[in-house]
Amino acid sequence: MTGARARELLFGTWRGRFGLSVLALFILMAIFGSAIAPYDPEASSLDVLQPPSRDHLLGTTESGADVLSQLLAGARISIVVGFAAAIISAVIGAAVGLFSGYFGGWTDRILDALDNWFLVIPTLPLMVVLSRILNPSLGVLILVIGITSWAGTGRIVRSQVLTLRERSFVERARALGASHWYIIRTHIFPNALPLIFANTVLIVAVAILSEAALSFLGLGDPTQISWGTMLENAFAAGAPSAEAWWYVIPPGLCITLVVLSVAMLGYLFEEYVNPRLLEESFESTA
Amino acid sequence: MNARWLAGKVGAALLTLAFVLVFNFFLFRGLGDPTTQLARLPQSSPEEIEQLKRDYGLDKPLVGQFADYVGDTLTFDLGISQRTREPVWEEIKNAIPWTLLLVGAGTLFATLLGAWMGVVAATKRGKRTDTGFLGFSLFTYAAPEYWIGIILILVFAVAVPIFPAGQQVTPGVEFSNWLSEAFDVADHLVLPAIAMTLLLLGQYFLIMRSSMVDVLTEDFITVKRATGLPWHRVVSKHAVPNALLPLVTIAAIQFGAVAGGAITIETIFSWPGLGELSFNAINDKDFPMLQGTFLVFSAGVILANLIADCLYFFLDPRVQTR
Repeated sequence: MTGARARELLFGTWRGRFGLSVLALFILMAIFGSAIAPYDPEASSLDVLQPPSRDHLLGTTESGADVLSQLLAGARISIVVGFAAAIISAVIGAAVGLFSGYFGGWTDRILDALDNWFLVIPTLPLMVVLSRILNPSLGVLILVIGITSWAGTGRIVRSQVLTLRERSFVERARALGASHWYIIRTHIFPNALPLIFANTVLIVAVAILSEAALSFLGLGDPTQISWGTMLENAFAAGAPSAEAWWYVIPPGLCITLVVLSVAMLGYLFEEYVNPRLLEESFESTA
Repeated sequence: MNARWLAGKVGAALLTLAFVLVFNFFLFRGLGDPTTQLARLPQSSPEEIEQLKRDYGLDKPLVGQFADYVGDTLTFDLGISQRTREPVWEEIKNAIPWTLLLVGAGTLFATLLGAWMGVVAATKRGKRTDTGFLGFSLFTYAAPEYWIGIILILVFAVAVPIFPAGQQVTPGVEFSNWLSEAFDVADHLVLPAIAMTLLLLGQYFLIMRSSMVDVLTEDFITVKRATGLPWHRVVSKHAVPNALLPLVTIAAIQFGAVAGGAITIETIFSWPGLGELSFNAINDKDFPMLQGTFLVFSAGVILANLIADCLYFFLDPRVQTR
């Protein structure tokens, strides 16, 4: 991702600047959030469901904990799960796409059927079933999201490899007696990498949304606060009927902003990889 | 209609469903001893557990168990819910219409609204309306649908109480006729249907917009304009019908998202569908129910995909000649 065009896309468009700055903000929050939190996020007090005040800038929860502190501490789970799950998904998707597209034949038929299956099966119900059986924890969350989100990447990488396979430099290498492993490693994979990267950034957004949804349904890591568990607690404690907007709005808004910033960057990388897309999508707003 | 093409599609759908059965079977047996889940009695004696194993056929070899499972599933015997002690299929059967109502309403509104927004944005490309719609659709894509649902409750059921906050009918009310009951259900449907619509709207809008942009640059549109036909007639009579087709495809891709949204949205609004059943099953570790709802969600999505494929086949003559 070097060159003037990449710089232009990242820093020259409002989408690039928005994506980079918001994501940077949330990554800093994930690293330093719990350190700069004004209160212990888990500490309860007698100030239950209090609206924002000078002591509690974003009010308090049903157990009297500080909403702002929980919000700052919760960034870590979103960022960690989002990126870790996306990496697992990228590895599986890239491997399936590479082998499926490169070898063809029965390898392709079986891997493609597997890919199709994961594309069709509703993802959230599948994640729910898997995480309930495996018992929720941080690792299970990452694993479950990672192994259910790769089908799109697999499909895109496969079609890219199908065209790469017919290119002259691959045929030349094959004619010179290069092994499959060598061709994949030096010709196919490096050429598919930008596409895999762009797709993985988009999967980060999906993974962050999935983590929040699973946590909201009570399938998050029970030992740690995340924005999804905050919404779960807020809903279970009757925050909507108490009109406790200060408890409901911040976690959802953080999820929305971080997903938006990652998605913006993902679309930009996709346009960088595939300039044809630029004409179709958002050029009018760039 | 091409019978071979149809047979191929149906065959693929059945194969996908067969894989769901295999997956379901091994998942719930492979990752945890079913007897401990079945017994649920803290002090079951070894004899009782043996008896349970015999009752549930768990003493048979795996192949026999799988055959039993497939046979039971095909006859709609999905086991007994551990939470309510009712047959799983009975509960699912009662829940399906409610989920279909919610999903159907959401899909209908999202299609109409998304198509309309897409047409407006494409004809006013680059203008303020277009940018506004794009921003709005991106926001609804990134915002969790259950969060929007909670805010809808806070605003429209609590702060300004114009709609009920949950459930499908007002409890304890005797309705004089079916019409007043239907109105009551519709009243309860408004907020969850809005949440479902917003979940789907972004994708529908973006597809319709780009499809309209494509169609509007085609030669026949220029020709129609050159004949002196008013612009709004060109759009409504010639561009829109041609741009509608991709909506069918995107509807199919969205069915998975619909199933996920059903779980979270029904949870928020206590809507008595499959999603609420799933949520209760998660909380109570009710594995037969979880297995049943997952099966029905998957079967529903597979069936919906098949229907969308067939619809596309009828709507687009180009597919038939291929």
